[in-house]
Amino acid sequence: MPSLGADMAEGTLLEWRVKPGDTVRKGDIVAVVDTSKAEIEVETFQAGTVAELLVSEGTRVPVGTALAVIEPLMTGAPVAGAPTPAAGAPTSPAGAPTPAPGAPTPTPSAPTPAPSAPTPAAGPQTAAAGPPTPPPSLPVPPTPPHPLGEPAGDRRVRISPIARRAAQALGVDISTVRGTGPAGAITRTDVERVREPSRPAAPAPTPEKQAAMRQAIGALMARSKREIPHYYLQIDVDMSGALHWLSEHNLERAPQARVLPAAMLLAAVARAARDLPQMNGFWIDGSFQAAEAVHLGVAVSLRGGGLVAPALHDADRKSLDELMGDLRELVRRARAGVLRSSEMSDPTITVTNLGEQGADLVHGVIYPPQVALVGFGAVRQRPWAQGGMVGARPTVIATLAVDHRAADGHAGSRFLAAIRRRLEQPRMLDDSSVPTPTHEPQQGKEPA
Amino acid sequence: MNEHELRAAVIDAIVEVAPDVDPHTIDPGASLAEELDIDSMDFLSIVVALHERTGIEIPERDYPQLATLDDTVAYLLERD
Repeated sequence: MPSLGADMAEGTLLEWRVKPGDTVRKGDIVAVVDTSKAEIEVETFQAGTVAELLVSEGTRVPVGTALAVIEPLMTGAPVAGAPTPAAGAPTSPAGAPTPAPGAPTPTPSAPTPAPSAPTPAAGPQTAAAGPPTPPPSLPVPPTPPHPLGEPAGDRRVRISPIARRAAQALGVDISTVRGTGPAGAITRTDVERVREPSRPAAPAPTPEKQAAMRQAIGALMARSKREIPHYYLQIDVDMSGALHWLSEHNLERAPQARVLPAAMLLAAVARAARDLPQMNGFWIDGSFQAAEAVHLGVAVSLRGGGLVAPALHDADRKSLDELMGDLRELVRRARAGVLRSSEMSDPTITVTNLGEQGADLVHGVIYPPQVALVGFGAVRQRPWAQGGMVGARPTVIATLAVDHRAADGHAGSRFLAAIRRRLEQPRMLDDSSVPTPTHEPQQGKEPA
Repeated sequence: MNEHELRAAVIDAIVEVAPDVDPHTIDPGASLAEELDIDSMDFLSIVVALHERTGIEIPERDYPQLATLDDTVAYLLERD
């Protein structure tokens, strides 16, 4: 049972997606767990054949309990241990790994005979003296850990638990429903489309879940402000070029293929994080551990209250169109309450974009153990000086909160400047292989 | 599609992104963005849903014309 919340001590195994005999690959969703705040799809980082399910559906067990036995494909020898992707990397719904007090978490040295993906920077993986501090970055495969396809063996209808319940409530035969979710999974929307349009609105989260989420957010933000010495920087970005480029990009495209300005902002941050890795990683045990990949946390507000900040994996390596597609999907699932454990545990830096609600700029709160948070306010027409003249341009104020233990203002300032460069050269955003120039011709001397 | 059908299509698209909104009591003059708390991602989903349902493709430059439910229905009626 992975720990997926700051104060999560137990979870309920809601639903198994596999049965003994199924073959699973890294990233396959094997179960759905209820954390009392959210339902999270749990992925396996152990590939192999499901040998035995140890916990039955509906059972509540402490964090760290073995849920199933998976035999690795190569050797066939059974490996006892939970197929938990969070091998010591618990996270809250707001996306920050924290130790579950008192709960045993699987140690990083759990036996895995099959050599799996490269482990992240050595630091977090070594057993710490004292209370185990779970490593925040998981031994993820180089490719994003999305479900990699149907398990070998019998074809099964992929359906989310919410959709399954909706189908039961509405009397819909799921074998007749076309799935539009990830890997063809049937979503609640797919089920409801089968019915006539005038249907009752989907139920809001229960008061208990809302209260639990509020508490989780509160605990995490309080911890952040207690432990992280934040400093704040801001920068004005001229968005005229980016918006013009975007309108041309979208002009001939059907609505489904259009890219939002928000995706450009995320792309700029992701690429800047790759170029300046001091902002992309974690503060663990008194030192900074750079993350190996850029998994961009995206703060998503939930209707009815609440906030999650799940990860867009490898955001720096995706084209703008891919990033937009992933973003749409992530937001959809975040708001449907069906996120994956890797999305909860993997963010390496987070972006919060509050401009549409009206704010001009955001003084954000970093999600521990990340070391930075980028904020964007509203894109609006503002006076802009260029060439000695003042005109009006669409601009956005980008802000940066940084953990001063991890990086000084100099690094933060360069990072914001890198984001601005990317946004002011929008062509660069669409080709993730093109490095952004790191020197602006008009700047002063580089430090020695 | 007649006005009634178009209105139903728009309401369905709104409720799909905002399931907490009661379809029977949407204020037709309320700002989708501010009063129904619909953001650009939601709005794009609405545009996609309307395209699928009505066949009408709404270009980006026309987005500002779709500020309320009434505005959206009027826009679609002109183009149906």
